[in-house]
Amino acid sequence: MDNIILKAENISKQYRLGVVGTGTLSHDINRFWHKIRGKGDPYAKVGSVNDRSTEASEEYVWALKDINFNVRKGEVLGIIGKNGAGKSTLLKLLSRVTGPTTGSIKTKGRIASLLEVGTGFHPELTGKENIYLNGAILGMSKKEVEDKFDEIVDFSGCKKYVNTPVKRYSSGMRVRLAFAVAAHLEPEILVIDEVLAVGDAEFQKKAIGKMQDISKGEGRTVLFVSHDMGAIQNLCTRLLVLENGGVCFEGNVSEGVEYYLQNNKAKELNYKNAAVTEGISSVKFLNSDFQEIGMVLTGQKVIVQVDYNNPEQKDLSLSIGFFDGLSNFLFSCRSDIVNLTMNSRKGKAYLEIHKWPLSPGFYHYNLAVHFKSTMVENIKEAGTVETEKGDFYGTGKLPGKKKAFYIDYNWSEDVL
Amino acid sequence: MNNKISSDWLYEITPNKKLIDLNLKEIWRYRDLLILFVKRDIVTVYKQTILGPLWFFIQPLFTSVIFTLVFNNVGGIATGGVPNFLFNLAGITAWNYFKSCLTGTSNIFRGNASIFGKVYFPRAVMPLSITISNLMKFGIQLIIFIGFYVYYLFIGKEVAPNQNLVLFPVYVLMMALMGLGFGMTISAFTTKYRDLTVLVTFAVSLLMYVSAVPFPLSKAKEKLPELEWVFEYNPITQIIEGFRYMTIDYGTFTWGGFTYALVFSVVIFLIGLIVFNRTEKNFIDTV
Repeated sequence: MDNIILKAENISKQYRLGVVGTGTLSHDINRFWHKIRGKGDPYAKVGSVNDRSTEASEEYVWALKDINFNVRKGEVLGIIGKNGAGKSTLLKLLSRVTGPTTGSIKTKGRIASLLEVGTGFHPELTGKENIYLNGAILGMSKKEVEDKFDEIVDFSGCKKYVNTPVKRYSSGMRVRLAFAVAAHLEPEILVIDEVLAVGDAEFQKKAIGKMQDISKGEGRTVLFVSHDMGAIQNLCTRLLVLENGGVCFEGNVSEGVEYYLQNNKAKELNYKNAAVTEGISSVKFLNSDFQEIGMVLTGQKVIVQVDYNNPEQKDLSLSIGFFDGLSNFLFSCRSDIVNLTMNSRKGKAYLEIHKWPLSPGFYHYNLAVHFKSTMVENIKEAGTVETEKGDFYGTGKLPGKKKAFYIDYNWSEDVL
Repeated sequence: MNNKISSDWLYEITPNKKLIDLNLKEIWRYRDLLILFVKRDIVTVYKQTILGPLWFFIQPLFTSVIFTLVFNNVGGIATGGVPNFLFNLAGITAWNYFKSCLTGTSNIFRGNASIFGKVYFPRAVMPLSITISNLMKFGIQLIIFIGFYVYYLFIGKEVAPNQNLVLFPVYVLMMALMGLGFGMTISAFTTKYRDLTVLVTFAVSLLMYVSAVPFPLSKAKEKLPELEWVFEYNPITQIIEGFRYMTIDYGTFTWGGFTYALVFSVVIFLIGLIVFNRTEKNFIDTV
């Protein structure tokens, strides 16, 4: 109990849909009229659930509704959720950019946020001047920045450009400099929103390393929002899954990620079900526990379940071929090659891919049915499968940002 | 009971807000930011210009020259025994400070939405830094004014300040308060309703004429007797007239007018502060 550094109680945030127009003024007046008569906000009672796919039936929406959670000291709390689930709104409330509609957030430490770094940069000022300005905006004193100035410049790798106006910087350099400033902040609670999505591979590695230092080495409390499941699994000690403005999971990281991936399926099917044909009645992607998933993680064990019909009751084999977004063939898995042919009238066949080898993105697959080694049915683009970043090598690192194939390998050495 | 519970928390983020919540302690903690903002405001204005800081001098000088040519030479407005140019320079120096405080603060929320939308720092740092950097610009313009003053004395013109000069700090304060008050109010309303941004740009330039900047108040009363009240009840006129009265001993001064302007600027400042305070927490949702 006494370890709790941040406590969110029943926080909600209401937004108005549509544009600000004359209607807003009348609502403002109505609100004011209620207020002077000592009544509550007449619009606080209305508002629909934050689900962007349904049509708006009311003018107000709850971006967050009755969120409760505690953060303990030294914890790295990951926050995941679909786009529009309320993650960024929550971070905005925590970093005091905007106030909650109801509820309260209590904290025992200073909160500093790293929301899309580099926004405080003034293009006309030099790198050096901006380091001071940005540091001050983030709440550092001049002395703190002075003490860490060399470290910051080294970390950013922009030493040569430190006396050049920031407007001449490349966008990558700007981000490096901004992250460098922010990474050297020393608040008790650090809020980070997807900063790792920028910069090149080398810098990303550096940034992740720094984050690990911050959270593990220095025992700082970190709130981390990301879509990168690999980074989440590597850095976080606890996970919060948001859905439609509410907390739908809180607890263990791997369970949370699993929950998120499965849950995604229910609301939004990320792969198209294969057309029901004579030979195949359904295709499902499953995880190692045989639960249906909507997205696949790089490196995850994937099982593809195919329900087949085999009127001839013999010599049926299946093949699934995977293609990238540009329809380039990637790989295929044929059942007769690994000596599986189906001889019963009806059944389920399971394709097991031990480690999903593809980098994040959308892929589609073709399904083919062979009878006595001749193709009798070929469904092109039978379905799509979305891949999210995962931890292929168990190290939290994936090489490069390019679309890639990952294979399971190992390096070893003999010391001479 | 509530106090007891919250005492071990550093701070609490809640939706209810106090009427005026200045949080001076926090502003003090961010004093380095304040200094850097002031520096930024001054340094960046004339970066990548050849004349650099000279532009701070050029603008009021040219305006005064034009005013002298148009109002005094063409329009034939007499300014007592005081040199026309000096009369205009006095008015413009005072007016510019008020104007830059007003226009500077009136765009705070919209102009800084990108920063305000990402990080928290006491929002009051912004208007404060604008007032201070403008005070420095005002200081620079005051130096020019004093320079010409000395020049006119040197060539034998009869100009002298009067005993009201002791009120100088009060006048500067009034200009700042009034500029801030109007500016903060406008800035708060423009987050939701953009109408005011359109209004401000031309209203300020019109306000200058209604505030008797390029001509003495007595002239305005004499030529436009039916509009006398406009000039009389405009608190800015009182400030401009008062500023000229104490520096070049030309104009009208009444204690009534002075008190009126003082009360007015304090009231408008308080209104601005309240509106600003109410807006700063949630403006990012409506901007």
